[in-house]
Amino acid sequence: MKLPARLTINGVTYDVQVEPRRTLVDALRRDCGLTGTHIGCEHGVCGSCTVIVDGSPVRSCLMFAVQADGCEVVTIEGLPLLMSCDTKAHDEVSTLHPLQQAFIEHHGLQCGFCTPGFLMLAAAVLHRDPHITDADLIDALSSNLCRCTGYQGIIDAVLAAARAMRVSNSER
Amino acid sequence: MSAATHWVGRSVRRLEDPALVRGRGRFTADLPAQHYVRFVRSPVASGHIVRVAAPPGAMMFTAAELAGVAPIRPMLDKFGYVPIAQPVLASEVVRYVGDLVAVVIADDEALAEDFAEQVELDIEPLAAVTDAQFALAPDAPQVHAAAPGNLVVDILYETPGYAERTRKGRRVACTIRSHRQNATPIEPRAAHAAFDAASRRVTLTCTTQTPHMMRTAIADLIGMEEADLRVIAPDVGGGFGQKMSLAPEFVVVVWLARHLRSSVAWIEDRRENLMASFHSRDMTVALEASFDDTGRLVVLDGDVLSNVGAYAPYPNTAAVEPLMSLAELPGPYAFGAYRCQARGVVTNTCCSAPYRGVARPAITLAMERLMDKAARAFGLTPWEIRRRNLVTAFPFTSASGLVYDTGTYREAMEAVLQAVDLPAFQVRQSALRPQGRYLGLGLSVFCERTGYGSPAFAVRGMAVTPGWEQVELAIDPSGVVEARIGASPHGQGLATSLAQIIADRLGVTPDRVRVVHGDTDRTPYGFGTFASRSLVIAGGAVHIAADRLRMKLVAMAGTMLETAAEDIELADGLARVAGTDRAIALTTLARTAYHQAHRFSDLSPGLRESAVYDPTGTFSNACHLAIVEVDVATCAISIERFIVAEDAGRLINPMIAEGQIRGGVAQGIANALYEEIVYSETGDTLTATLADYLPPTCREIPRIEIHHLETVTDASITGAKGLGEGGTIGAPAAVLNAINDALAPLEVEIDAMPATPLRIHAALQAAGVR
Repeated sequence: MKLPARLTINGVTYDVQVEPRRTLVDALRRDCGLTGTHIGCEHGVCGSCTVIVDGSPVRSCLMFAVQADGCEVVTIEGLPLLMSCDTKAHDEVSTLHPLQQAFIEHHGLQCGFCTPGFLMLAAAVLHRDPHITDADLIDALSSNLCRCTGYQGIIDAVLAAARAMRVSNSER
Repeated sequence: MSAATHWVGRSVRRLEDPALVRGRGRFTADLPAQHYVRFVRSPVASGHIVRVAAPPGAMMFTAAELAGVAPIRPMLDKFGYVPIAQPVLASEVVRYVGDLVAVVIADDEALAEDFAEQVELDIEPLAAVTDAQFALAPDAPQVHAAAPGNLVVDILYETPGYAERTRKGRRVACTIRSHRQNATPIEPRAAHAAFDAASRRVTLTCTTQTPHMMRTAIADLIGMEEADLRVIAPDVGGGFGQKMSLAPEFVVVVWLARHLRSSVAWIEDRRENLMASFHSRDMTVALEASFDDTGRLVVLDGDVLSNVGAYAPYPNTAAVEPLMSLAELPGPYAFGAYRCQARGVVTNTCCSAPYRGVARPAITLAMERLMDKAARAFGLTPWEIRRRNLVTAFPFTSASGLVYDTGTYREAMEAVLQAVDLPAFQVRQSALRPQGRYLGLGLSVFCERTGYGSPAFAVRGMAVTPGWEQVELAIDPSGVVEARIGASPHGQGLATSLAQIIADRLGVTPDRVRVVHGDTDRTPYGFGTFASRSLVIAGGAVHIAADRLRMKLVAMAGTMLETAAEDIELADGLARVAGTDRAIALTTLARTAYHQAHRFSDLSPGLRESAVYDPTGTFSNACHLAIVEVDVATCAISIERFIVAEDAGRLINPMIAEGQIRGGVAQGIANALYEEIVYSETGDTLTATLADYLPPTCREIPRIEIHHLETVTDASITGAKGLGEGGTIGAPAAVLNAINDALAPLEVEIDAMPATPLRIHAALQAAGVR
């Protein structure tokens, strides 16, 4: 049996028919063709599948697609929209979010598999609370696993992006 | 001709990153397939397969259908190695929990999983053995009929005259236990095989570090021509060695694609990865040493026992950990008399295979614990005993016969001691102990064999002897440089590092260089990326090929600018007459090489060179220092500081090198404190989720301070030595030594890793402290 679900992903509406047991991450990857969200453990520990649902970071392997019916979902493919969606809608995502730029500059990734999950986690936390303390930010980052970097590049990148975003907010 | 280097040595931002941060990486599991498979795995550690029955409506295959596929049976022609065979699907017996019994196929992943759960398995259980020591007992269950006594490799090495050596001086002994590890890349393994009806070829896209070797192995086992199989390693989400060994699942998937004339995909789940991929480091190392009156190590006797699991990994064989242990145990220490017995024992556990560092985290732990125990015996500091024993003159031939070309063992140790401010630490340590706070400082000095080619591998006698790498380097008519390499990076940033090397040789910017890897149709044969080799060997090959292209470019430019080739320099995308403004753009030269080739009577058309590099190998080295605090109430350990002084020769890209060190140290800390695959006595896996097997988060890994020494070696064309594994090799010993230093006042010693709170608690209890 399949059920209808309407997902708004990165500002685009997807009407999908899914089994009730279909996880959100499988729906994103298989039904919507958005393969930037990765599956690392399917039991909610590694955080590679982190996306933003109605403003909160969510492990999309622990949420059913039908639970996201009517929700606003942001995935890695739409991350840059979070910085510029106030001003005008983008159909082509060409610029990088400050977090993405910072990950490149601070060597926050090696194989890149956990990277979308870390970026979405950090983005959700920073957009919700731009003035979060460094310690709380690092605490939030301990939700996800990375096997390549030893985390220092990730932490440096997220702290740098947080500063850049605060400056950019204050200039607005 | 200017040899100015502009790009090598700089922390150039990685060319790999823009796609990956956008979520545009292409990983194996991203590919849709017509059919999805799910493997049915043995729930028992040892048993006879009586019956396997598929549920109604399910398509299922067992060993009977795959009878034409040869078993995986990697060979080693030395050391009395006993080859053992692994059928790609178990045929009569199962040998560990997770062994492949059948494969079911459906057009949907969830449906395949449903079917797999409904398969009826009737397996008559047999006695199982999971512990290497127990497996050696005379009445132990026999895992393979071909391996009586469960012994598959038993090597003895003695330096000449060892037996006559009188054992004088002070004897110090040390036995360490390294518990079983899983490499745990965040991307589980996956394979997607697609049959092409027109060419009758199969394209296998898979998570591998070694695409060319996988093609050879799979074609051999199935009995097909290699030319009919294309292997693609797209973006690979970390490997750490686990993705260099042949997965039997890959063979089955290729067989199914041919059988069904369709596309077939398998995506490993985390449970499978933790219980049935490849494990490692399940080892016991016992050392007995004699030191002379001045604290100098004179005689070392080692005994290495490695639990290799139920099968042997292709291509390395089950001998990889024992052999590596025996050869590299002497490490950075100068002594002459050495004897070592290294054994590999089969058990009813998951197959053991290389994982970043291969055996050396365990042997380094053993040697470094030995040094600290010797220091205590002599009343010396840990650094003073090492000062008296580290090799300081190079080249040096180790007690096991390895030649260390260069090294800065002593300098690296002094560098971390300088950085840590020892006196200040000692004051603080003493001040805190009366308050019941236990701080400890631990050192670890090691050398890391890197960048070794086929002569070094040949000593092992593997039927598949890796070593060399080749590269095809071409400039297309538009002037873009393309390097096609046999190495197969999966997160190391190798494309960027190679582009930097090429950019300097050809006077272009790195973004003008495309590095093509991971596709057997597009790249020349090579062995792939493992054993800290790619930067040295693929890097050497591109260096040679780029210099050949450079020769041709300057010859062409000389003709076109009517001057001698020697006067031409390549820089800024131009071929310029040195010291003048007379120049010709590289893009023009490229176009001319293809479309005006008749203008160069003595040169072949086009711009394309190839090169092979097969070096003897070299040794990088490092010293790690950890400061830990042990909470004797909770037995929790926190790492306060971690310092690395390393020497990997010339650094091509310091940012990438530091990333390799940090990632390696994080895995080493995990090995020292957290991660452990646990089996029950009956062989059940007790650590099949990431809530049981514990990779550290960013809260557990400290900021790692790095100091570089850069001793350029002649053993490598680029002067770079490679350092991919060092972090994992040195960190466990530094952490364990620090814990032991912290607990020294309590007379408690911990020689097992991971040093979990449970083990620390038990040790404190045994010492009467708790």
